[in-house]
Amino acid sequence: MQIPYTVEARPDTGLHNGKLGIWLFLASEVMLFGALFSAYIILRTGSVEWPHGELNIWLGMANTFILIGSSVTMVMAWASLKLKNWAKHRLYLFLTAALALVFLVNKYFEYSEHFSKGEGPWHNTFFGLYFTLTGLHGLHIIGGVIVMLYLLGPGAKMWEKNPDQFANRIEITGLYWHFVDLVWIFLFPVLYLL
Amino acid sequence: MHSDSADVQKSIRTYLMVGAALFVFTGITVAVNRLQLAIPAAITVALLIATFKGSMVASIFMHLSHEKKWIYGALILTAVFFVFLLFVPLFTTMDTIGHPNPSQTMVPGAEHAMEH
Repeated sequence: MQIPYTVEARPDTGLHNGKLGIWLFLASEVMLFGALFSAYIILRTGSVEWPHGELNIWLGMANTFILIGSSVTMVMAWASLKLKNWAKHRLYLFLTAALALVFLVNKYFEYSEHFSKGEGPWHNTFFGLYFTLTGLHGLHIIGGVIVMLYLLGPGAKMWEKNPDQFANRIEITGLYWHFVDLVWIFLFPVLYLL
Repeated sequence: MHSDSADVQKSIRTYLMVGAALFVFTGITVAVNRLQLAIPAAITVALLIATFKGSMVASIFMHLSHEKKWIYGALILTAVFFVFLLFVPLFTTMDTIGHPNPSQTMVPGAEHAMEH
């Protein structure tokens, strides 16, 4: 059975189904992270004192730069595909996945340091929120990397058979990736600076 | 979304400029934090910069500046529920479970029963 509207736009929405689908998924993600930010607000405003300087700002800033850089390479991967430059597309998509892995390695070192000092999620409310928010965000990074590696590996064959559908897949992956970057843009000041 | 090669070529410069702006604003966020402002001012400035950065990612990288109305519709609905979600904690201040007001919860005549 052929799945309709994977390439051409539906007449009623003006969108291909994948794009509408990813936006609805991202809407649900806004609510998921929104609920956790809401929990942060109530726990912080309800506490008598709130810890400051518990996290390494420079590592957090480095990770912010890494994710912003990966967002740039992701959008460049999509633009290169639109310009039919396959080699550049592959390079930019590889760089995006590589930057995502560097982010995870940094996070691993950060987590290890806290655990070695006994500062796990059980330590206090702040660390409970920190590990919940960054852990969920980290899972999203891992999910994104898996999709990118698939598109670099076996999924790349689609470019020869159906280039338009492949470009749509890259666009959808990009939308997801920019959302992951957007969440971090808020997580960094909320957890590391305030 | 752009599909024409010339349009995409033009957009690449915008993507790079937005990327550079995001780097600069991240640096500004950290620099402002080093000024040790009062907590309310620090929260306001940091969240304003984060909102500005987030809107750049959404409008340019995610192409929300020129999208179809179905996507705007879905996002407006999400924004409404998101704002509602952020205000949900306020309802807990109205929660009297575990902290009953005796004058409102006692049944008539119960005060006398307690005296005995």
